[in-house]
Amino acid sequence: MNLKRLIKQEKTRRQALVQGYVVPETARCVQCGICSYYCPINIDVRRHAWLGEPVKDSHCLTCGECVARCPRGVLRFERTNLFELDQGGE
Amino acid sequence: MRRYAIIGSGPAGIAAAQAIRSQDERAELLLISDDPHGYYSRPGLAYYLTGELPESMLFPFTEQELRLLGVRFLRARARSIDAPAHQIELEGGSRQAYDRLLIASGAQAAPIDYPGGELQGVVKLDCLEDARRILKLARKAKAAVVLGGGITALEIVEGLVSRGVKTHYLLRGDRYWSNVLDETESKIVGHRLVEEGVRLHYHTQVEQILGKGGRVVGVRIQDGRQIACDLVAVAIGIRPRVELAQRSEITIERGILVNEYMETSAPDVYAAGDVAQVYDPFTGKSVLDSLWGPARAQGHTAGMNMSGQHIPYLKPVAFNVTRLANLTTTIIGRVGGGRDPDLLGIARGDSEIWRQLPDAIAAQSDFNVNHLRLLVGEQTLLGAVVMGDQTLSQAIQHMVARQADIRPVRQQLLQPKAPLAEIIAQFWTQWKKNDNAQQP
Repeated sequence: MNLKRLIKQEKTRRQALVQGYVVPETARCVQCGICSYYCPINIDVRRHAWLGEPVKDSHCLTCGECVARCPRGVLRFERTNLFELDQGGE
Repeated sequence: MRRYAIIGSGPAGIAAAQAIRSQDERAELLLISDDPHGYYSRPGLAYYLTGELPESMLFPFTEQELRLLGVRFLRARARSIDAPAHQIELEGGSRQAYDRLLIASGAQAAPIDYPGGELQGVVKLDCLEDARRILKLARKAKAAVVLGGGITALEIVEGLVSRGVKTHYLLRGDRYWSNVLDETESKIVGHRLVEEGVRLHYHTQVEQILGKGGRVVGVRIQDGRQIACDLVAVAIGIRPRVELAQRSEITIERGILVNEYMETSAPDVYAAGDVAQVYDPFTGKSVLDSLWGPARAQGHTAGMNMSGQHIPYLKPVAFNVTRLANLTTTIIGRVGGGRDPDLLGIARGDSEIWRQLPDAIAAQSDFNVNHLRLLVGEQTLLGAVVMGDQTLSQAIQHMVARQADIRPVRQQLLQPKAPLAEIIAQFWTQWKKNDNAQQP
């Protein structure tokens, strides 16, 4: 079970790495700061959530740590337009 | 130069300060708060208790950022407002003048009225100081008893369990949060709590908190049995902090009544957040809630209007995402009703709207720990509870808020054992496409 989950997480991570950036849904956010705390490169993700701005920081690794840790489902990956064609126009 | 005073340093107060500053660069902003820690994430205290977050992370803004906002902080408690004279009287007797005033003083735990409630080791969870106290006690506590309901009670339970304290959770009724969750949902939460090691006691009522030398040593329940513990946490609901308005002859019901511009009955005095009782267009009633998002939005609207705009606050569908027994749960719209014997009124992270049981049929489906309940009205979805997998929660939230016409799938949704998630996902994709096409 754990192995399965690990593989799934890793797959999501790798997909995200090439496909998108982190987008917050401000209405769900309670500014707890878990996202910022667990960001391995100290991006203040919480501030993006307060301002309703996607994490377009060029340093963002799209590692998925903030998305996975957020206890309220505030954050999600959104595809960058660049790759839309590769996804069959999805 | 206009002088704005804001009472309260929660999200409503801070959002108002930001809104005022965006409209009025020269405004003099005074923020009066009796919380020594100023602005921090109250919901984040749950994760501070479990050890997922250090205390320093609870503060969304640095001191320097707050300074840049040009707010003068005054640690004090307001005693009364002299609205005709535009003055606030502080405890201790000094006065502050204002041109526009916002009351965003929040809510506080309903008082602990059990015999023994004054003993050392009896705690609540309103603020950072309370969380610190709980953690300090948990370091030495062998066992704890938690009383009450709603989200706060579970936050304390989970915090104590993760700190290795043997935790008894006492419920008066036969299930958790009975006027918001349905039986299945309460059962899911109950099972998971037991799996986490929580001692769950149903139909259990505390008669007295027992003490020795001024400190808690246990509780006595209705059948005379005693449960030994060193800590008793009480979360039986919250009350808006209306005393200030009451003393100042500002109209209150359960909270401070405001119109859609967040104006109270007193001229130039506004209210927002947990303390305000706000008109809800969906039900036609003025309601209380204790939710971060609406508090911030109300504070913003109040701030804009205080600085000369005339913008109505349109109360959105009440919703909250929270973690119940480590299961992410979204509660949207009207989902329950009646009384929960473990709560007096609402709790934190809660809304009165959720208890306005709709004229609707409930459709639900389960798979593993994921659970979806939809309140299906004649033409629209009126509410939903989404537990576990959150893929659909945003879609459902939008559909409830926008009153999407679900008649094309209504019969499908009401079939026994209908695959709700699939039906909703397909309908949402189509609805969103049409909705986007209709947008200018």
